[in-house]
Amino acid sequence: MTVVSSPSPAIEVRGLTRRFGTFTAVDGISFDVAVGEVFGFLGANGAGKTTAIRMLIGLLAPSGGSASVAGFDVATQAERVKRSIGYMSQRFSLYEDLTVRENITLYGGIYGLSDRAIEERTTSLAERLDLAGDLDTRVKSIPLGWKQKLAFSVALLHDPKVVFLDEPTGGVDPITRRQFWELIYATAATGTTVFVTTHYMDEAEYCDRISIMVDGRIAALGTPSELKAKYGDETIDDVFVRLARSGAVA
Amino acid sequence: MMSEEPAVSVSSLGKRFGDVVALEGISFDVRRGELFGLIGPDGAGKTTLFRLLTTVQLPDSGTARVLGLDVVRDFRAIRARIGYMPGRFSLYADLSVEENLRFFASVFGTTVEAGARVIAPIYSQIARFADRRAGALSGGMKQKLALCCALVHLPELLLLDEPTTGVDAVSRREFWDLLETLRADGLTIVASTPYMDEAVRCERVALIQHGRILDVGDPRKIGARFDRPLFAVRGGDRVRLLRALRDHPHAHSVFPFGADVHFTDARADLGANAAASELRRHLAAQGFADAGVETIEPGIEDVFMALMQAAPRAA
Repeated sequence: MTVVSSPSPAIEVRGLTRRFGTFTAVDGISFDVAVGEVFGFLGANGAGKTTAIRMLIGLLAPSGGSASVAGFDVATQAERVKRSIGYMSQRFSLYEDLTVRENITLYGGIYGLSDRAIEERTTSLAERLDLAGDLDTRVKSIPLGWKQKLAFSVALLHDPKVVFLDEPTGGVDPITRRQFWELIYATAATGTTVFVTTHYMDEAEYCDRISIMVDGRIAALGTPSELKAKYGDETIDDVFVRLARSGAVA
Repeated sequence: MMSEEPAVSVSSLGKRFGDVVALEGISFDVRRGELFGLIGPDGAGKTTLFRLLTTVQLPDSGTARVLGLDVVRDFRAIRARIGYMPGRFSLYADLSVEENLRFFASVFGTTVEAGARVIAPIYSQIARFADRRAGALSGGMKQKLALCCALVHLPELLLLDEPTTGVDAVSRREFWDLLETLRADGLTIVASTPYMDEAVRCERVALIQHGRILDVGDPRKIGARFDRPLFAVRGGDRVRLLRALRDHPHAHSVFPFGADVHFTDARADLGANAAASELRRHLAAQGFADAGVETIEPGIEDVFMALMQAAPRAA
């Protein structure tokens, strides 16, 4: 989780822009995310976060500017970007009617892992998440907290260089939420870059650096303590509300 | 003075779905004119509780009275007098904003005009989209329209199931400001949320987990239930600091909290001063001589986690 200065960042964004008709959803944003960094991507609803993420994961072509993820250009090498990243969202990640084992096998297959690798990973993952007794349980009957941890592990099956987590802890109980963040730290410590969005402002404090998007632009970027010092606020919640409100008025 | 029945009175309420116990032994009251919060994570049973209170489902055991009426026997009378905003967007996506509002008014045998006084402050924020299809509104706008539709028949009790889930921190604050205005006008409100920090917006809260109520009380005073000193520790690398704190021979709980880590000592009756100096010595020995250690008042999330750890886990 220590930010290592690296010659090539895991994510490099330069003037990235996306327009829909006359509306500019993402307006020339630029930032770098270092290898192994936990980067929090914050913003109010409608600030352009989702559009920016869709460009970064190769699902939406930029209207201008450029971005590279894991060394690949999101506009010209979108397929290679997709193979180099993991993605987990709160809304959809696992197939509820498949068992834990079947989900792991399915995703392992999609990511092109060998049967043997899938088997190895199933065992190590079950051990790490304490799910060994539940491998043949359908995902819909395991508790939400476990589901989220499992979804995260499945997003990491193919050892992606960068993992995108879109509100991974929404609705999760406070103890499990913290266990989830410890999984994030452990993952970042192995050199995987973590790009995460959240509506829990205390979680923003757990990131190495955060950016706050307002009206399609990045209004603030830095470590949580830098931002709190800059705006003279006690918490990131206060910084966030200050910036998001100023944007809404403008 | 005439004593009025509580707006909601729930006693030993239980509900199962097959083998799954959704609610068990739930008891609490909501006073008239109160803003009451149901605080708990997904799967705690909040939605099931709303379904029983709104008479959409029947309890298996116990009783619930809403506005003095029984949820089983008097369901028809209850339905006319409550407003309900379900967690999932449940308006007609293909109808316009105005059509939705008129539809909900007519279902309750009233008109939009009759409800205007109450909904006007909210509706004015979406009035310029009156002709837009509800499905094409932004999340925040949908939420405001849903609130108008739940209020248009001037209910005495408003039930809101996770109105702020998936909503950003600014809109969440604004929504609670709106509820505060409605409450000041005399409306009784029960709202659920998985966001612990929203508890302080309520006059009283019930903490709910695994279908059981862990505690009910004033969110500003609930910290008093905490049975031992709580310390905020700050400084150095967080992962190493967490490890160092867990290595404390008497560590009881160690949880990251924003920029801090919250720590309690297993020896509940050890005084705060003694526990703090032991903690400082331990941290110094672990290479955290400069770490800040401060005794703090427990917040709602500290209490919730302590109760979660103490509660027997439901099957």
